[in-house]
Amino acid sequence: MTDLSQSPAGAAPRKHGGSLLQQTPRTRKRNAAEARFRGYGIAAITAGLVMLLVLVTTIVSKGTGAFQQTFVTLNVELLESKLDKKGNRNIEDIKKVTTFGYAPIIKGAMEATVEELGIETSLKAKELAGVLSKDVAAQLRDYVIANPDQIGQTVEFRFLASSRVDGYLKGRVTRDSIVNDKNISAEQLDLVDALAAAGVLEKTFNLDFITGADASDARPEAAGIGVSMLGSLFMMFVVLALALPIGVAASIYLEEFAPQNWLTDMIEVNISNLAAVPSIVFGILGLAVFINYMHLPTSAPLVGGLVLTLMTLPTIIISTRASLKSVPPSIRDAALGVGASKMQAVFHHVLPLAAPGILTGTIIGLAQALGETAPLLLIGMVGFIASNAPETIADGLLAPNSAMPAQIYEWAKRADPAFYERAWGGIIILLLFLVTMNTLAVILRRRFERRW
Amino acid sequence: MSFVKLTASALAISAVSATAAAARDQVQVAGSSTVLPYASIVAEAFGENFDFPTPVVESGGSSAGLKRFCEGVGENTIDVANASRKIKDKEIAACAENGVTDIIEVRIGYDGIVFASDSSADAFEFTPSDWFLALSDKILVDGELANNPNTTWADVNPDFPAVDIQAFVPGTKHGTREVFEDKVILAGCEETGAFEAFKEANGGDKKAAEKACIALRTDGKSVDIDGDYTETLARIESNKDGIGVFGLAFYENNTDKLQVATMSGVVPSTESIASGEYPVSRPLFFYVKKAHIGVIPGLKEYAEFFVADEVAGEDGPLAEYGLVADPELAETQETVANEAVMGGNS
Repeated sequence: MTDLSQSPAGAAPRKHGGSLLQQTPRTRKRNAAEARFRGYGIAAITAGLVMLLVLVTTIVSKGTGAFQQTFVTLNVELLESKLDKKGNRNIEDIKKVTTFGYAPIIKGAMEATVEELGIETSLKAKELAGVLSKDVAAQLRDYVIANPDQIGQTVEFRFLASSRVDGYLKGRVTRDSIVNDKNISAEQLDLVDALAAAGVLEKTFNLDFITGADASDARPEAAGIGVSMLGSLFMMFVVLALALPIGVAASIYLEEFAPQNWLTDMIEVNISNLAAVPSIVFGILGLAVFINYMHLPTSAPLVGGLVLTLMTLPTIIISTRASLKSVPPSIRDAALGVGASKMQAVFHHVLPLAAPGILTGTIIGLAQALGETAPLLLIGMVGFIASNAPETIADGLLAPNSAMPAQIYEWAKRADPAFYERAWGGIIILLLFLVTMNTLAVILRRRFERRW
Repeated sequence: MSFVKLTASALAISAVSATAAAARDQVQVAGSSTVLPYASIVAEAFGENFDFPTPVVESGGSSAGLKRFCEGVGENTIDVANASRKIKDKEIAACAENGVTDIIEVRIGYDGIVFASDSSADAFEFTPSDWFLALSDKILVDGELANNPNTTWADVNPDFPAVDIQAFVPGTKHGTREVFEDKVILAGCEETGAFEAFKEANGGDKKAAEKACIALRTDGKSVDIDGDYTETLARIESNKDGIGVFGLAFYENNTDKLQVATMSGVVPSTESIASGEYPVSRPLFFYVKKAHIGVIPGLKEYAEFFVADEVAGEDGPLAEYGLVADPELAETQETVANEAVMGGNS
């Protein structure tokens, strides 16, 4: 309400003095209200920025550790007596030695290194090997099977250290915190200090975290997000290949061709409603329709992609319709006026002009789908799943896999605190993807969008 | 447009033919979140040592896993269900209804349930009676059944510090809850004599008395945790007076944050659980669909590998992680090797 309406027309002369230089109490009050409002606005933005800052610093401080890992460089003698008893280098015989059979070799290598460096320790061979990850045996076995001619030689390896040792170097594990821990002892930490001083053990950048597969609860140090990243990628491929054509076709028809009647009104209302449906509902739907009824395989990125397509469709349809609407009718009229058919007018003139808006909407829809976890819970994409990297495209779509947000959720649930660090590291990677996609959307809009 | 059409139709075709095309080549496992770490350790080692792909292990709880297990026979159903409790007769019946008749039961070992508080809080030495008196809905007060009046641990047992009772117990969908009810609350109910009083009140009905015993108070002193142990841990970290129920393996991975309470004077450890001294433990199982053996490659090998001495034995990786090895492992190995189904008519 303005002041004018409060003072009836033709009322008495101004009550309060009337000088332009001197503010009336009412003006002062109004100015104060405005100043207060600005203050609220600034306070709201500051609060938002502070929260963002806290969030980002928390994520970065907790997650950067995951990108570094402690490695131990060892010379390992690949004993023929343990790995190839018959000595004929038959690959089938070599394969029969399981990872458990590699334990003596690892123990021997640790003992030899400790002796060579002249480190005094009372630890037994098994405790010496306890400094190393349990992944080491698998790494050795893979190497031996790939290079059977190396049996009998001494080869230098770079091994992962166990998660407790890694935590010790990162400051997560301290001598006080391991008093009751049966996985590591103070003596082993002494050994770690000595190995670090000798330069055998060091903390370096860990590419395996970005490219690797998930690992079991016993070896968090070996876990990586790479395979679940591929899972997310395949899902996004499915979403893009289905949601974009279906969404654009639906909105072009609704916007340009469909008659205005109660049926199209109903469809319109329902699409808007669908955009507000919680994502878990789509998960339940996916479980019922795609898995239980259509018998698609569980945990498959194809099913995840189909579910996320349903979730993304309304977003794409709404943004596409908005950008189609924003193309001025004069362009359609001009095209029709020179003899174009309706379809030619749409595809030759309206759609290219609306494309930047459509792309922006699609990218934002995809970003939303990329970060979605809830529907994936129900179609079996959470658990110890992302362990095999897909070899073919069909494998990528149909073989069980996880997705980045699902992998982060899974890590956050696990007992070993080392997984917690990896969950934060995963969040950093996921956020990088989202920021990139959103930036792309902004750039596209800035560069190509036309205003009339 | 033709490219879009092409991809769309290719996807549609692949979606429709997926069922026919996907001859599943990896074992699929689902079930108890307590068994999940063990199953994932085995699955990982299995994938490394055999030419089969690494099995897929999902969690979701014993009941949810067994429900999916009993959905039927076929490639789009799971092959193995992990459970932190024995399969119920009701579930066997549900299985049979859907054609899942031959089930191989495999016991992999034992798991301890521990009571732990924040490492900065007071130490506790519990008995089952303490937990019953602290958490039950109704207890005996001056010989009469009455609503639980205890608000601090000192009310329960004068030896305890006077801190508020705040317990975080597993929710009813967890197999752990059942063990907690049976071995702690019910045991305490019988010890304190409340069981007899309940029985009397229910006209001598034992079942109803048991049910009344394990009814926990609902005034906020006992909080059901439906999530995982990490949630219980987070609750304890924010409420230092809280005491939570954990699996032994989880506690052993978080000894810097938690301190464990003794039960009936025994400190929980793999040794005290194996010897039977520590009272709160339970067997862990997995169930295999016999109809899938020979159809899903690697299923039998996975089951055999799981219970092999080098995996589930005393020095194996599972025991290292916190599983209490089964002294009768040899019999289990035989069961798996012979594919002996439940009910005995193999």
